[in-house]
Amino acid sequence: MIDRRLIQNFDWILLLALLVLMAISLMNLYSATYAIRAFGGSQVFVKQIYWFLIGFILLLLMASFDYNILERYAFPIYLISIGLLILVVFMGKTSSGSRRWISLGPISLQPSELVKISIVLVLGKLLSDKGGDRPYRLRDLWLPFVLLGIPFILILKQPDLGTALLLIFISISMLMFVRIHWRSKVILMISGLSMIPFIWFGLKDYQKMRILSFLQPDVAPLGSGYHINQSKITIGSGLMWGKGFLKGTQTRLHFLPEQHTDFIFSVLAEEWGFASSLFLLLLYLFIILWGLNIAKNSKDRFGAILAIGIVSIFFWHVLINVGMVTGLLPVVGIPLLLFSYGGSSLVATMVAIGLLMNISMRRFMFQEMTIL
Amino acid sequence: MRTSNFDAISIEFFQSQIKKATIFIIILFGILILRLWFLQIVNGSYYRLKSEGNRIHLQDISPFRGQIFDCRGQILVGNRPSYDLYVTPEELQHPESLLQKLEQYANLDPKQVEKKLFKGSNIYPFKPVCLKSDISRNELAMIDTHRFNLPGVLVKTKPQRHYVYGAFASHLLGYLGQISENQINSGLFPYNNPGDLIGKSGVEKKWQSLLNGIPGGEQLEVDAAGRQIKVIARKESIPGANVFLTIDKELQIIAEEALNGKKGAVIALDPCDGSVLALASSPCFDPNQFIAGIKKTSWDKIVSSSGFPLQNRVLAGQYPPGSIFKMIVALAGLQEGIIDPEKEVTCTGRFSLGRRTYSCWRKAGHGEVNLHRALMESCDVYFYKLGRKLGVDKIAQYAEKFGLGKNIGFDLGHEGKGLIPTKAWKYRKTGVSWQAGETLSVAIGQSYVLMTPIQAAIMISVLFNGGNIYKPQVTKCIKKPSGEILYQFAPKLICNIGIEEKYMTLVKQALIDVVNKPNGTGRNAYMEDIRVAGKTGTAQVVAIDKERNAKYELPVHLRDHAWFVSIAPAEKPRIAIAVIIENGGHGGSAAAPVARDMIRTYINGMENITGSKQGKND
Repeated sequence: MIDRRLIQNFDWILLLALLVLMAISLMNLYSATYAIRAFGGSQVFVKQIYWFLIGFILLLLMASFDYNILERYAFPIYLISIGLLILVVFMGKTSSGSRRWISLGPISLQPSELVKISIVLVLGKLLSDKGGDRPYRLRDLWLPFVLLGIPFILILKQPDLGTALLLIFISISMLMFVRIHWRSKVILMISGLSMIPFIWFGLKDYQKMRILSFLQPDVAPLGSGYHINQSKITIGSGLMWGKGFLKGTQTRLHFLPEQHTDFIFSVLAEEWGFASSLFLLLLYLFIILWGLNIAKNSKDRFGAILAIGIVSIFFWHVLINVGMVTGLLPVVGIPLLLFSYGGSSLVATMVAIGLLMNISMRRFMFQEMTIL
Repeated sequence: MRTSNFDAISIEFFQSQIKKATIFIIILFGILILRLWFLQIVNGSYYRLKSEGNRIHLQDISPFRGQIFDCRGQILVGNRPSYDLYVTPEELQHPESLLQKLEQYANLDPKQVEKKLFKGSNIYPFKPVCLKSDISRNELAMIDTHRFNLPGVLVKTKPQRHYVYGAFASHLLGYLGQISENQINSGLFPYNNPGDLIGKSGVEKKWQSLLNGIPGGEQLEVDAAGRQIKVIARKESIPGANVFLTIDKELQIIAEEALNGKKGAVIALDPCDGSVLALASSPCFDPNQFIAGIKKTSWDKIVSSSGFPLQNRVLAGQYPPGSIFKMIVALAGLQEGIIDPEKEVTCTGRFSLGRRTYSCWRKAGHGEVNLHRALMESCDVYFYKLGRKLGVDKIAQYAEKFGLGKNIGFDLGHEGKGLIPTKAWKYRKTGVSWQAGETLSVAIGQSYVLMTPIQAAIMISVLFNGGNIYKPQVTKCIKKPSGEILYQFAPKLICNIGIEEKYMTLVKQALIDVVNKPNGTGRNAYMEDIRVAGKTGTAQVVAIDKERNAKYELPVHLRDHAWFVSIAPAEKPRIAIAVIIENGGHGGSAAAPVARDMIRTYINGMENITGSKQGKND
């Protein structure tokens, strides 16, 4: 099964970028949990290392088989992930007001993280099934929308507005890469816009508050605007070179909320300054553009669309999270991939990168096979 | 075989979308980077400052307020520890049982405690909340012995102003109260913050800036919950300076005991430099009550009390001087050459002017009296006649020489000016011209004439010290705790009244005999070993011309005020005393014994101190 050419074609550059990111991530998580190390903080750090190792094994596993098999398993995987989401509704673990986790003994699984990948897989399959050069019309697209709509509603009800919206963004990103008849496009856009009021009224009060306080953060500095104000202070106070490792006062003295999860970027920015935030963003940008390149060079349509999906998961997470912690976007609870603490997210991301590597490794296979 | 391979058109479209996406992604990342540039570089120092503000909590360390001592260095006002009960909400384990225990141990109302701890702006759960300040010794003992059962409860100590003898010299020492917003904004209190206690009256107010001291501060590192992590820097506070008064504690005690239960005032001065030896006003108040925030009911009781305990009668009490005024009228007559001191005048007990008759206090009359006897026995008829010859404006002229009718400038609270009437004054005031009979009343210190006790004490001092008016002062010196002297007493001579010494000697001689001759009105102040001079006065509260003998059946508040001014030793005066007992009746019987006791204590006490140290004898 393991071909010598596969080793040759292994995406060492992506792996290197990933390893650099992992190193920075662990160092930063150590600092973010340092002040609470006596209260479970060191456990958080050690757990994350385990998750990285597990994720890494899964990554290699995901790269080891031909991804085309997944075209066959896309639907079953999708159904399993939806099943888990439904399970959350009935036996999910509630934490700080939302029901997102399934308890599996000592660990908790967050099915919505898995859904991100399964939706990419199933859309990848649907959007590459059709032969010929005819553009997609509405009648070709009803199934993708139903498949998207089910997890969207389930996740929105958890409630997890951020992840639900993320599914939409990822799906739209993927649709951007297939040709759609112009009339269908217009109809889709209009119906999409007309959905916005319904989503607004379906939001919980605290979610509305977050969006309103994003628009006017100074109105209630101790209320819902507190998080974002403190995050801006944390990031801004880092200046060019930062306050130094473990010396971030905002982090150490708990002024920064959710410092090892959603607001972990601010920890890095405080302790290592603009230099580090620029470096990290460029690293993410490199991975994303590299992923686009993998999509471009993919040997087939499924691989290409799948790569686009994975890249868009990355892109939207980074954009929304960094936009959120810098006060450009409302606080919607989107983690920074590979950086925020969280097993499900980390493992799902490693799986996604594994798939990306898989596509990257096999980009020459088709041509070579034809030559042979 | 594969259905999902690219066809040519799709590939072309896909490639162009990749290009667009690349541009889109780079632009959005550019925005994020610009945003970070803006936060961390452009506005970085602003956010750095804010993060420091988050981290560092500044806490004032209040300075020790300077202490106040009497002239012999005996402490009058100090600071004692106040034990304050605090609870840290975050550290509570069983709130209900705590509320119950606190009620049992410290008499705290559970509802009040619950409100303070769990409601309102309790955003810092690690910041201790003060539940009760200055708990009693019993409460402290209860809390201390049960401390292991009271997690989250702590007792903090802070210095609290302590008036060692309670109401002792309260009008002189003054009291503390919370600084007002206007005072904060005035810039005159650079070392005080809202909530601080500052001097509101008396010495506490006069020397506020020196007593206060300079607060220090601590820079504390705190976390988001307000919990103290460490002390970053500490600047110690500088204690306030100590004030030493000219007051003599023993003398003050005698004055206050004499006034106990009565209304009135006593002032004792050193006639030769104006330093105040005792200053008592009754009723008085306990300044300790004002410290912890006086209860409204107690405040109302103090303010609305008919005795006006907050009023300092020595400075603000204005009374008709009665016969003590006669010494001024006598001097006026002598200096103006109107009377021959030896010439005798007949007193029949009454004097008629127009249709009215003015009586002498002795119904039977004094017979033939010269100036000396008229002063000594306080003959009214003599002074009616003298007054008539002088006229009211001449009397006023001499009264003003003695500093009457105006403020002395004793900056220790509100001062009354007193009143010395003139013809012009009456016309201006009432529109009615002066009546000849009114001059007679003025000549014996009644009618419109008003004088404060401090003015009376200065009046007799001036007579015996050679005519010098000294500004009264209470501060002997002010020393920093280091010993550095900030202020040292120096007599302040206002002026000399410019009356010939031989005339003053005549009056002085008479005042000596007031006390020392068996028929003098001030006989009650007589002592064998100390030569005292003085003058009694009886100020009428209501004018009852007929049957003044009936006055002892008058209701108390209508009875006469009793005056006694005195000085000793007469030849080389060291202490001048003015005593007034409101509604006390006759000056000779009600006021003179107080002066005698004070003089004895002062003169003997001084000898004890200058000589070998002896036990104090009665």
